[in-house]
Amino acid sequence: MSAYAPSPGTKSPRRRRDASRRNYPLGYVIPALAVMLVFFIAPTVLNFFYAFTNWSSFHSNIDFAGLSNFSSLFQNGTLVADLRTTLIYAILVAIFQNLFGLALAVLLERDTAVNRILRAAFFVPVVMSALAVGYIFQALLKPEGALNGIIGTLVGHPVSIAWLGSTTWTLLVVTLIHAWKWVGLSMLIYLAGLKMINVDLLEAARIDGAGRWASFWRIRFPLLAPAVTFNVATALLGSLNSFDIVQATTEGGPGQSTELLNVFIFRTFGQGLFAQATTMSLVLFFTIAILAFPVIWLLRRRERVL
Amino acid sequence: MRTSRLTSTQWIQPIGAIAVAVVFLGVPFWLVVVTAGKSRAQALNPDLSLPTHWEFFQNLTQALSQGSMVAAFFGSLVILVSAVLLVLLLGSFASWILARRAGRGMAVLYAFSISGIILPPAIVTLVLVLKEIGLAGTILGMIGVYVGMYSSTVIFFVTGFVRTIPAELEEAARIDGAGPFTVFTRIVLPLLQPTLATATILICLYVWNDVFYALFVIGGRVNTLPLNLYQVASSGLYLNNWNLIFAYVILMTLPLLVTFIAAQRRIISGITSGAVK
Repeated sequence: MSAYAPSPGTKSPRRRRDASRRNYPLGYVIPALAVMLVFFIAPTVLNFFYAFTNWSSFHSNIDFAGLSNFSSLFQNGTLVADLRTTLIYAILVAIFQNLFGLALAVLLERDTAVNRILRAAFFVPVVMSALAVGYIFQALLKPEGALNGIIGTLVGHPVSIAWLGSTTWTLLVVTLIHAWKWVGLSMLIYLAGLKMINVDLLEAARIDGAGRWASFWRIRFPLLAPAVTFNVATALLGSLNSFDIVQATTEGGPGQSTELLNVFIFRTFGQGLFAQATTMSLVLFFTIAILAFPVIWLLRRRERVL
Repeated sequence: MRTSRLTSTQWIQPIGAIAVAVVFLGVPFWLVVVTAGKSRAQALNPDLSLPTHWEFFQNLTQALSQGSMVAAFFGSLVILVSAVLLVLLLGSFASWILARRAGRGMAVLYAFSISGIILPPAIVTLVLVLKEIGLAGTILGMIGVYVGMYSSTVIFFVTGFVRTIPAELEEAARIDGAGPFTVFTRIVLPLLQPTLATATILICLYVWNDVFYALFVIGGRVNTLPLNLYQVASSGLYLNNWNLIFAYVILMTLPLLVTFIAAQRRIISGITSGAVK
């Protein structure tokens, strides 16, 4: 008798499949999938067609236009510039959000009353609208704004740094604003990760003579790997799709130096240049899809470990 | 020696932590509150000084009445409540099947259903689809867009959770003659409560604060709080009226802030439970 033969008590595979069909009707999947199909899948599929047309509000018929949208966006430099800006933005946001999030988690780790209040306070920006956060920082960073006022008091003479007016540094400033808004979320996830670490492990390290610094970098930080994976993946992929903070602070300026793909899409859509907008939307789709593969693979592997 | 080091760190840590919070949170929030209390002239160049005389409540009432905030609030509320209820309901039904049925076809279907977690919606052609089906610029269209966008999030959370519920629990009800609908609504759905709470929090946060998709789908037709804030702050009415912009920001943030403070512990444990295990 082969080892794979069913034992007398179990149902045959076919009967089990029939029971599964009856008990778990496929029809229950249909409403959710239908809504996804109309509002998510169909536009995504259409995007692959309309990026190759001359669709705009200036003529009524839509014709095939080949690769002309891509080539014109490539030739005037917008495609490369906006893609570069978006990637730099996402990478800087991921770095800042995780660096500051981890630092805050370590700072506020002990369960004291003060720390509990401060943790909640750092979560307030997460709850706020990103647009509102953008306007707050626009006021704070104006040349005549509050930050220059504080710096002026500290150095003893008035300063008027145009924080949002530099074609080089403003991109860095807006990523710091983005990180400020979301740092509370990273902090919470790192705090949860730190809490999962076995106390005996740290005690053993202390007995072996490891100082605070060594025990953090050698023991606690490696054990935070799942939290790092989650935080980096969500920050990186999420901020590729950003819009609000940049629109509220710089609208993509100065000189398009902070123009994210979504800012371009919104601007050109408003001008009636639908084909250009949808072409850039396709570029965004591919950028995220390509970057998502390694990220999903990492998350999947983690899921199996759990 | 050990005790003396402990006492010194006991003092340094809270002082350091409070200093960090004052610089990074205190300054921006102080700016919002004092500016919202100033007159228009005094708020022209927002700084950290106190208003010469407080006009806080005048500014709040002006933001409420001028910016058509009440209509925007109800627009936001209707869209939020319908989208969240619908996406949770449809997502849960689908997740149950996706979690319980095996096979290659189901795996493909599952991968397909969670694709929206990472892939961005094609917003420009989405507007085209909405025009074709007559839902462009309508509340119904906006609700459909959010349900389509966040179905993946719900399905991802709930499917993972259903897999941890033993199928034997359903078997008992089935032996008593219950059909799939009864088994799902009576046995499975009540057990999903914690994971549905987490999904609700995340989706509420995104939908309540969304301005990007709303600008394309309902901009200029239906008002929501973020859309309204965008219009008043960027297109004339409040341009450089920082006192009114910040009064608006305060009013708009209050509902979520109150919810957050009231359900703080639950929100925090809900968000972190999914991420780190």
